[in-house]
Amino acid sequence: MLYREAGQFKTSYSADQAMLTIPLDRWFVFALAAFATVGVPLLASEYLMVSILIPVLILSIAALGLNILTGYCGQLSLGTGAFMAAGAYLAYKIATNITWLPIWVVIPLAGLCAAAIGIAFGLPSLRIKGFYLAVATLAAQFFLLWLFVKVPWFVNNSISGVPPAPPRSVFGFQVTGAAAGNEAKYLFVLAFVIALAWIARNMARSRIGRSWMAIRDMDIAAELVGIRPLPTKLSAFAVSSFYCGVAGALWAMCYINTVEPTAFDINRSFQVLFMVIVGGLGSVLGSFLGAAFIFLLPIFLNSAPGWIGYSVASDTITHIEFMLFGVLIIFFLIVEPHGLARLWQIAKEKLRLWPFPY
Amino acid sequence: METLYLIFIDPFVQMVVEPAFLVEVLIGGLTSGVMYSLVALGFVLIFKASGIFNFAQGIFVLFAALNFVGLMDLGVHPILAFIITIGIMTALAFAVDRLVLRPLVNQDPIILFMATIGIAFFLEGFGETLWGGDVRPVRVGIPDAALFWQLGFGEILVQSADLFAGVIAAFLVTVLALFFHFTPVGRALRAVADDHQAALSVGIPLNNIWVIVWAVAGFVALAAGIMWGAKLGVQFALSTIALKALPVLILGGFTSIPGAIIGGLIVGAGEKLFENYWGVPLLEGATEDWFAYIVAMIFLFFRPQGLFGEKIIERV
Repeated sequence: MLYREAGQFKTSYSADQAMLTIPLDRWFVFALAAFATVGVPLLASEYLMVSILIPVLILSIAALGLNILTGYCGQLSLGTGAFMAAGAYLAYKIATNITWLPIWVVIPLAGLCAAAIGIAFGLPSLRIKGFYLAVATLAAQFFLLWLFVKVPWFVNNSISGVPPAPPRSVFGFQVTGAAAGNEAKYLFVLAFVIALAWIARNMARSRIGRSWMAIRDMDIAAELVGIRPLPTKLSAFAVSSFYCGVAGALWAMCYINTVEPTAFDINRSFQVLFMVIVGGLGSVLGSFLGAAFIFLLPIFLNSAPGWIGYSVASDTITHIEFMLFGVLIIFFLIVEPHGLARLWQIAKEKLRLWPFPY
Repeated sequence: METLYLIFIDPFVQMVVEPAFLVEVLIGGLTSGVMYSLVALGFVLIFKASGIFNFAQGIFVLFAALNFVGLMDLGVHPILAFIITIGIMTALAFAVDRLVLRPLVNQDPIILFMATIGIAFFLEGFGETLWGGDVRPVRVGIPDAALFWQLGFGEILVQSADLFAGVIAAFLVTVLALFFHFTPVGRALRAVADDHQAALSVGIPLNNIWVIVWAVAGFVALAAGIMWGAKLGVQFALSTIALKALPVLILGGFTSIPGAIIGGLIVGAGEKLFENYWGVPLLEGATEDWFAYIVAMIFLFFRPQGLFGEKIIERV
């Protein structure tokens, strides 16, 4: 970077415990948050905001959730889509039945419901691990989606089964549903993203995060040093499902504006898993980078041939996309298992010494 | 009371009153179970030999079938197409070993598992790019006729293709069992499965063995793909159906070939029975989507190693 840590001393315990210990880092993050809050709504075009920023931000929350479970606690989950669906359907149910409840309470509540479901499906994790657990989470994926499609109670007996998101407001601005303003939606999502990322970052470096990582690195050893596996694993499932549930609720309320099962099928689970792998297992920053990368890659592939005056059939693009995803996953697992986040770190370290090699 | 009656008594009454329907449902379930078994067999082969959980096995089935059908559509004789496809699957095994497994040697199983998810995605896109995404029927002369069997309690309808699939599966399992027990390569494979290091120390070349295992799994995938294709047409939905092999493995155990077969039959028959006697009357149907997974999950609580698997012992 353009600055060095040298000479930046910490003089108090609170400075030592700060999330970002270097003042320049801190200012950079504050500036970024401020820009995202003030600058982006003023500058960004409607397309950029609605079709790119909002979905990327929401998927980052889901990726954060899966990263907590897979990256920090080492429990592989293929049921992310189902937990997102749980958040979406329950947010709809709560919002339409308890109409006086403000929407910014509804969405975390839906996340809590998703967390409860996550705990139920996480129970087998005590006895099994690795791909055994992957199958248990696949059970969640198929069973929950079937449940939400087949039980009309979740959508208030809507005839189509795909009800529109109920319009709700915060501070007088409508933030959910099709009629909501783009800026309002964006800021609403952004508020959740900032809060959840901050919480995740702090959890990762506190007692609970350390116990997750101990379980991930070697569960028996962790047990021997006094970390109880059941509460630790289940808390990872709960927190992860909470994040996924919030992401699903926002996805339904603020992005696609309907509550529909196809948005949360198994492909969504894989998409989020890829975000986590490409972004970096066990990294908060990686969740954001991965979400942006995996979401933008297909868009780039779709429009890139057009820029060089060459047209490709859209199904060919889809096939190439599949191949690229596959290759990228393998590439990242082999070359850089810690993903884009690690690449960013390496780049920072190189820049710090630049122009000298060491 | 009404619901309890519908859950606990009515289905069994139905089974006794209409045994012909019960037998038909069972046969339908067992034949789809055979397909699950064949996919699961490929999983077990690879898992036993290399400890890798190959998520891409379902796509292998699809990819093999796609190549086979694609070649036949180009006018290649079925037998020649079969041989070429085996060649392709062997080449694939070689490529997977060199490009994916070799660089990831000594990584966590979970990393390798995720790498196979990558392989699955790559092959799905690659297969579609090569041969297109349409549903293709397989015509290899598998007799497809409806047979009516006269049993003591009534007449039942059986598809001859299903019977054929069952025979092929039985044949394949026998061949594999013989291969594993009576050939040098088979013995080497079992040795590697038992203990990598011991196998290495008596001079078994581990690298070749892994390629062979993946190629054998590719061959099993081809057989499964052809039969599946003959029944449903070769289409990309096959890859999601193939995911059902995962609960089959949990039921049967990850390391047991008989377990894969029996697990597949149990899952196939179980989900059809559940769908017809409980799912449709009580739960509005489509329970086949999740039944196997939920059974597997419940099973995991009580017997994580599966019916025939080796007991999981953890050492620090």
